[in-house]
Formats: sequence, C-alpha cells, structure tokens
Amino acid sequence: MKKEDWPLFEIFIRSRSGLSHRHVGSLHAADASMALDHARDLYTRRGEGVSLWAVESRNIAASDPAESSALFEPAEDKIYRHPTFYEVPEGVENL
Amino acid sequence: MTDKTHLFEYLLRLGDNALVLGQRLGEWVAHGPELEEEMAMANFALDYIGQARLFLSYAGEVEGQRRDEDQLAFLRDSIDFKNVLLVEQPNGDFGQTIARQFLYESFYQFQLEGLSRSTDTRIAEIAERVSKEIRYHLRHTRKWVLRLGDGTDESHKRIQNSFDELWRFSGELFVADETDNWAVEHGIGPNPETLSSRWNQFVGAALTEATLIQPDDGWMDGGGRYGRHSEHLGYLLADMQFLQRAYPAASW
Amino acid sequence: MYTQGLDQKPDTEKQVDGTEQLVRFQARIDADEKIEPKDWMPDGYRKTLIRQISQHAHSEIVGMLPEGNWITRAPTLRRKAILLAKVQDEAGHGLYLYSATETLGVSRDQLTEQLLTGKAKYSSIFNYPTLSWADIGAIGWLVDGAAIMNQIPLCRCSYGPYARAMVRVCKEESFHQRQGFEIMLELSRGSDAQRRMAQDALNRWWWPSLMMFGPSDVDSKHSAQSMAWKIKRFSNDELRQKFVDVTVPQAEFLGLTMPDTDLDWNESRGHYDFGEIDWQEFYEVLKGNGPCNRERLAARQSAHDDGAWVRTAAVAYAQKQKRRCQAA
Repeated sequence: MKKEDWPLFEIFIRSRSGLSHRHVGSLHAADASMALDHARDLYTRRGEGVSLWAVESRNIAASDPAESSALFEPAEDKIYRHPTFYEVPEGVENL
Repeated sequence: MTDKTHLFEYLLRLGDNALVLGQRLGEWVAHGPELEEEMAMANFALDYIGQARLFLSYAGEVEGQRRDEDQLAFLRDSIDFKNVLLVEQPNGDFGQTIARQFLYESFYQFQLEGLSRSTDTRIAEIAERVSKEIRYHLRHTRKWVLRLGDGTDESHKRIQNSFDELWRFSGELFVADETDNWAVEHGIGPNPETLSSRWNQFVGAALTEATLIQPDDGWMDGGGRYGRHSEHLGYLLADMQFLQRAYPAASW
Repeated sequence: MYTQGLDQKPDTEKQVDGTEQLVRFQARIDADEKIEPKDWMPDGYRKTLIRQISQHAHSEIVGMLPEGNWITRAPTLRRKAILLAKVQDEAGHGLYLYSATETLGVSRDQLTEQLLTGKAKYSSIFNYPTLSWADIGAIGWLVDGAAIMNQIPLCRCSYGPYARAMVRVCKEESFHQRQGFEIMLELSRGSDAQRRMAQDALNRWWWPSLMMFGPSDVDSKHSAQSMAWKIKRFSNDELRQKFVDVTVPQAEFLGLTMPDTDLDWNESRGHYDFGEIDWQEFYEVLKGNGPCNRERLAARQSAHDDGAWVRTAAVAYAQKQKRRCQAA
C-alpha cells in the first residue's frame, strides 16, 4: 500500500430502531471517523438508516468456505430442534 | 427604508451566501481528492442550493414583484448580489476550500442559532432545519482542518497559507449595518457583532488543535453586502446564469 | 462485500481435481446459487468479473464528467439540485461497484491505476461531449435508459456482491432516466431554439447509445461463456432491440425525429428494424480516438494527482492519532 492509500472499512447500517445492523458494503477512509462520514454520504443518501457501524476490514475474522461443510452441515440433521418436528394431536391447543 | 425592503434585503443576503457557496461546491464534483470525499462535497452543495431556494423564494414573496427563486438567482447582476466576499472566493486547492468553508460555517452556525429564535416564524423554521445541516458540515470540515493542519508538512503549509489568505474576508461577517440593526430591533435575527467572540473562540480552538496559527486581524476587506464584489463573482454568475440570459423567458 | 483479502490463508491445501471442482461450480451456477467472494471459482470467472465490474465502475466515475460539466450551468435551481444529486449517485454507484470488485482480490489503488493508464476500459459513450443543456436530458433519457436495460438482468447475476450492488444501483437509477426525459419534454414543448437543441442532442446521442450494448452477438468474444456463468443474462442484440422498441415511441411522443432513415416497424417480427451501426466509429472511440477520450482521462488524472497531498495528510494524521491513543 502506498502511503496515500486509505484502508478499507466494512459498513453496517441499522435501518430503523428495533432492527439489527446489517452489512451494506465497504468504502475507503483514512480513519474510523472519516469512514462514518463517508458511510453516511454513500449508504444513507435516501434515509436508509438511523445508526452506522464502520469496522476496518482487516479486523474481521471470517469462516473459511472450505470448512463450511464441517461447520454447518452437522446442524442440518438435528431436526428435533425445530417445533415442526413434533406431532400435535388435533384438539390440543396453546402448545 | 420600510420593513418590507429591510426584510427583502436580509433574506437576499442569506440566500445569496447559500447560493454562491453551493455554486462553488458544485465545481468540485468529479474533481475531488478521493471519490468518497466528492460525495461529501456534493451533499454540501445540495444542502446549500436547497437553502438558497428557501431563502430566495421567501425573498421573492416579500418583495411582491412576482420574482421567484430562479429570477432572483439567474437574472440579477453582481451589483445586486448581497453575499459576503468570503463565499465567492475560488475553491483553490482542497485545503483552501476547507478553510473557506470552516471560516464561514463557524459564523453561520451561530447566526442560525439566532435565526432559529426569530420572531419571523418562516425564518425560524428554515433556520431550525438548516442548523442540522450545518452542524454536520462543520463536524466534517473541522476534522479536515485538523487532518490537514496536523497531517504532513506540506498539508500544514498549504492550509496555513489558505487561512492567512482568507482571513481578510472574515471581518465583514461581524459588521452590523442598518439592515442588521433593523433585524435586531424586530427580533428577526442576531446582531453579528455579538457573534464575533464566540466565533473567535470556536475557530481559535480548532486552529490550535490543528497546530495552526490564527492570523492577526489586520486590514479587512468587505463590501459584498452592498454589491461591491471581488472579480471572481462575475465569472461565477456568467457560468451560472448563461442559459437564462441566452434564452430569455424560456421554461426549463 | 468482504474483500478476498480478509482472513485469507495461502492456498496450500491439496487441490481437488480441477475438472471435478469446475463441474461442481457449474452445478451451483445452474442451480441458481450465488457465488460469494471466498468460494472457489475458476480463474476465468474471476477475471471476467473483475474486468466487467471494474469497467462498470470506471464508467460510472468517468460518466460524472460530461454531466458534471453542466452542474454550474443548470438553468434553474431545481434542475441544479437534481443534476447534483444524480451525478452524486453516479459516484456512489462507482463506489458500490469498486467495492464489489475489491471482493475479488483487486485493490482500489490498482483499479484506479488501470483506469488512469488506459489499461482498463470504460463505456465509450462518455467520450462524447455535452455541448448543450439538452445533452443532459439526452444522457438521462437514452444513456441511462440503455444502462438500465443492461443492468436490470445483472441484479440476478451469479456473483453475489455484484448482484447486490446492482440491486442498489438499479433502485437508485430509476429517477435518472425520468429526469432526463422530463428535460427533453420541457425542451420539446419550448421555443424553436429549445426544440432545435433537443433534436440536435438526440441526433448526436442516439447511435452512441445503441453502441452501448456492445458488439453484435456474432462478433462478441466474451458472450457465450458469460452467459453460461450467468454473469450475463441476455445477449447484446436482444437488449439493443428491446431498447429500440421502447425508445422509438418515446421519441414520437416528444415530437423528435430519430436520426435513422431505416427505422421502421416490422409487423412480422413484432420489432422495429433499424439501420446499420457504424462499428468503425465504435472501435475508434474504444481505441482512444473519440472526441473527449483525452480530456476525460486527463480530468481523472489531475483529480488524482491534485488530491495526493490530501490523501497523504489524512493518513499521516490518522497514524499520529493512533500513536497518541496508544501513548495515552
């Protein structure tokens, strides 16, 4: 990186209170406070948010797609975790 | 002068300051130091054009000569423009634009604070809304003053030079004249003289934090409010007004 | 849109057999699954995407210049505000797309360099000049109109970050074409001088707009593979025909004449026939011989050069602040 290059930040927006922040994209900024300013101009021009997070991209740890079958597939057969697994006899309510 | 002519004059000053700054900031679009920063410049320009429309439409209504925002913006010559000299100064490099914005907006924030308590409810409403925009501009601009002042030797030199160059236009902001006195008397707006100490404090603190030296108050330029402008305004207007002048009475 | 650089280990793990991986990849595409940045993808897929998305991003950024020309000269304050907002959107779209390109492992810095050295291409339409206010109308109506035709299918593109960026772009672009048409409408209802301005703009922008869809299918070297990868969903000629079909009635509504004597409704095809595109001109402009190629690149270059001290200062300040924080 040249000395004039600004690092990459990932931007998260809460679109209204009650909802969680969601990743919307990335941008470049020299520091976190500039990243928030730029996020405001880039991602909330049409009133898309009430709160912003900026995280420098290199600080995000991500799972490896090559590992995804080991990570996520074992959860697939635990169908008893879902309410639809269970039989509810007709006539029984509030269950 | 009657109340009506005073109010018209007062609104033109507010509208012209916003219009000329909006026009200047619009020049940055597609030429900024980084794309993300261009987005910011464009937003600021949009805010100012919006403010100009609010103030000039109201001015036109007050005048009662059926002039709308566009007739006031595009069909007056520089002698009838009432903006201060500071806002018409060219963009220069990015640092000069930041310095100009910072000096002006530091004043504008306090002026708006007074205007939001105006007895004229329309002015109060506009000021309330505009205050929010300017609070954000200043936050952004002030941080740039710090970055450039306390950045590299080159940036420090450049922005110090810009503040030195532009300082002579700051005096005009705080001179109260007949129209200002009328506004104070009627509770329309604040006395600019009373804003200068807060301005000095606000600007001084930022400059110190940015390791910059506050220029001395020497000879101050002025006259914009009376239609005596720098040479720069004529070119700005020539650009801005070209279509309306070349095709009179056309609708766009 | 995470970058490829995130948490990325060097690829030392044993390679699954290339063909098997390819088959699995194609199966995912065929099942309409989205490919995400860190998923395995063939080199060609990655390269094609980098080329296409970055070209798209560069086009948005260079495209700001011809329209930006008229921000200071817009005829009313309302038009000035609309144009500012529109050109600002273009910058935003360029940024969304750069950010999507960066997920493929190229940095913004590399992308900028590719643009400035002429290594990367951008849509040649932006090498044409904006000579009158009507050009701002024509760009919105025709150029954005053509762009939307191209872009809507891209919202379903197989590469996740590109598709998501395009959803955003398309949503925001919807006002761009309308404001352009509105400008043309106002001019066509105006004075003789204004109508002349509008007709002249249509004359100059019509053919370059048709060229925006790219070479004819028979001559397009990337099309077939891109279709298989679902990076592209319709052929150049299909989209071009669709554009002509929707635009001709709009021109008639405006009372303007299309600059094409061969243009005629073909009842049996159910489409408009139109004249031969001057591909010689297209390739010349692509090579750098358009009316404004040099000016456009020079403008981007000087913005970049003039901004260097600002970018450096911001980094220097950020580093100082970090050190101060740590020292405190």
